[in-house]
Amino acid sequence: MISDLENKRLLLQGNEAVAYGALAAGCRFFAGYPITPATEISELLAAELPKVGGTFAQMEDEIASMGAIIGASLAGVKSMTATSGPGFSLMQENLGYACVAEVPCVIVNVMRGGPSTGLPTCPSQGDVQMARWGTHGDHPIIVLATSSVEDSFSITVKAFNLSEQFRVPVIILSDEVVAHTRECVQLPELKRIRIVDRIRPSVPPDWYKPYEGDNRGVPHMAAFGDGYRHHVTGLIHDEHGFPTQKENEVLHFQNRLTQKITRGFPEIMMTRNFMLEDAEVAVIAYGSVARSAYKAVEDARKQGTKAGLLQLITLFPFCRSQVTPVLEQCRAVLVPEMNMGQISREVQRVNQGKSIVVKHNRIDGNFITPQELYTQLVKL
Amino acid sequence: MTIPAQAIRHKYLRHNKKFPHVWCPGCGNGIVMAALLRAIYRMELSKDEIVLASGIGCSSRMPTYTDFNTLHTTHGRALTFATGLKLAKPSLNVVTIMGDGDATAIGGNHFIHAARRNLNLTAIIVNNSIYGMTGGQYSPTTPFGSKSTTSLYGHIEHDFSIAELAVTAGASFVARATVYHAALMDKLIEQAMRKRGFAVVEVISNCHVQYGRRNKLGGAVEMLKTYRDNAVTVKKAEKLSAEELAGKITIGVLTDREMPISTEEYKKVRQRANEAEGEL
Ligand SMILES: Cc1ncc(C[n+]2csc(CCOP(=O)(O)OP(=O)(O)O)c2C)c(N)n1
Ligand code: SF4
Repeated sequence: MISDLENKRLLLQGNEAVAYGALAAGCRFFAGYPITPATEISELLAAELPKVGGTFAQMEDEIASMGAIIGASLAGVKSMTATSGPGFSLMQENLGYACVAEVPCVIVNVMRGGPSTGLPTCPSQGDVQMARWGTHGDHPIIVLATSSVEDSFSITVKAFNLSEQFRVPVIILSDEVVAHTRECVQLPELKRIRIVDRIRPSVPPDWYKPYEGDNRGVPHMAAFGDGYRHHVTGLIHDEHGFPTQKENEVLHFQNRLTQKITRGFPEIMMTRNFMLEDAEVAVIAYGSVARSAYKAVEDARKQGTKAGLLQLITLFPFCRSQVTPVLEQCRAVLVPEMNMGQISREVQRVNQGKSIVVKHNRIDGNFITPQELYTQLVKL
Repeated sequence: MTIPAQAIRHKYLRHNKKFPHVWCPGCGNGIVMAALLRAIYRMELSKDEIVLASGIGCSSRMPTYTDFNTLHTTHGRALTFATGLKLAKPSLNVVTIMGDGDATAIGGNHFIHAARRNLNLTAIIVNNSIYGMTGGQYSPTTPFGSKSTTSLYGHIEHDFSIAELAVTAGASFVARATVYHAALMDKLIEQAMRKRGFAVVEVISNCHVQYGRRNKLGGAVEMLKTYRDNAVTVKKAEKLSAEELAGKITIGVLTDREMPISTEEYKKVRQRANEAEGEL
């Protein structure tokens, strides 16, 4: 049981750490459909959730899994699903529903090589732009990337917190390397972990407007069955939750949906700096590739190159305010990815001629090694 | 018990919702909604404990108008949302409302699995033999030979019998009515809602606008008369041959059986998990 593991040193794989992170964050409902390399998350939660009064459900597919976690969240229970690329593709329509109906939930995508059935189950980072734009229409969403076992625990907790705070689905991108690597970690004391819960309405039911934003632009959320009868729909709706096509109401809704995230930028955008202070060249990396980048930067420093690393934890909204200073400071920036360049295009968008952006891409199913990055770094 | 229509309207229809509704005059959807509300009235359920969830379609607009916890989901997925709701909060009384396309085309997989899973849910399927909302394309229940905007020359596929499909998939309770048989429908919906287990009520309903007109079946009144003339009770149907049953609508309770309910079973799972933990 999770409470027996706190403060202990454990040998865990990334997927297990995600599952424990979810339990620590207060997740009490999980629905999923088996797929490698994500399955261990389901398996561990199937074993652990019933012990803490939670519920595990294996659904008939990923469409159903996504629907079920939305339903459970509407009943007031923190919910999660986990999958890989093919399943993540199936989740997109209901994911958009969660965005528009502002239903907090966490979706883990342990990326494997694609497209389609692709390269099961070689590591990849091919779903980065899908995580941002996979569901149709303009929509707010938060995408986080985990790079280690320790991260997998803490980022999962963070994902739930952000999801509850902003009433937005949060996607955790993991990859085959992070998911299946075993590392020694120490889980924190549970009561020391900061947990955020959605704000429930404090007004009497008659006054409740389910889709009226508070001063942050986030509506307070009543659970079904709590006496605040209201309507939830995927149609664009007014503050009462009822469908509307009135121009001013539609615009108000759309703006609020975007602005609640814009206002939260400082809290949402997370990065890590390594040896950046005096760096002349830098790596901007995320996920397991960032692990190789740490080593490459160290090695480059030993050889005399003033290298640094900016690790992106939050991929979307894109960390413009952390990336810009690096671009302004460094002569050149290397963006290594296990895809054809899905984050480098974001870096280039922000760059606007400040620095030289060099891509380094691998799509052959192999991991990007420190050696490979070192060779690139010292050439910059 | 006769129930004053006004009492139902005042009690269950939303006052803060902009009426009129989206349905065409004479559409069977209104009759189904009224029957559902009468059943709820008779059962004296609190509005706070009821969730009415739907997919996408004309019939799926129903939750918008009723004063419960209401959930208008994505096309075909009402049962998946309902499954999450029910598993997370078993005290909720969850009713789903779906069209024939919603429940058995795009949502067909969820439908059979919900039946197999046997949660304590009620599924009402308004079967109007057509995709109403999108303007009259053929659905999985459009009869062979019929015309629709996508089968102008006669439909070449065969139709599902939804209630029989539900029986085979393992639902605890399955019944069928038509919008002509409103009193029976009330009773069947009440029975379904009282049933502990997955309960399905298929309601044969008229879409005279998109289906009736194109197939020369007349307006709403003529279509209802056809339901009256073609309906046979389950009991009577048992005595008829397959040929005699062709073109008939079997109404009444097709199945009513006791099976373990998954939320109850899950309670035992929790207990067993904790016992296993103790043994470690
Ligand atoms: C994923 C998806 N595909 C297609 C549609 C378009 N669509 C809306 S309602 C509908 C069919 C409705 O037919 P039915 O479920 O039988 O309900 P009715 O309108 O007849 O009550 C379709 C195809 C949609 N909303 N979503
Ligand atoms: S199109 Fe058909 S199903 Fe839809 S409201 Fe009109 S009559 Fe009813």
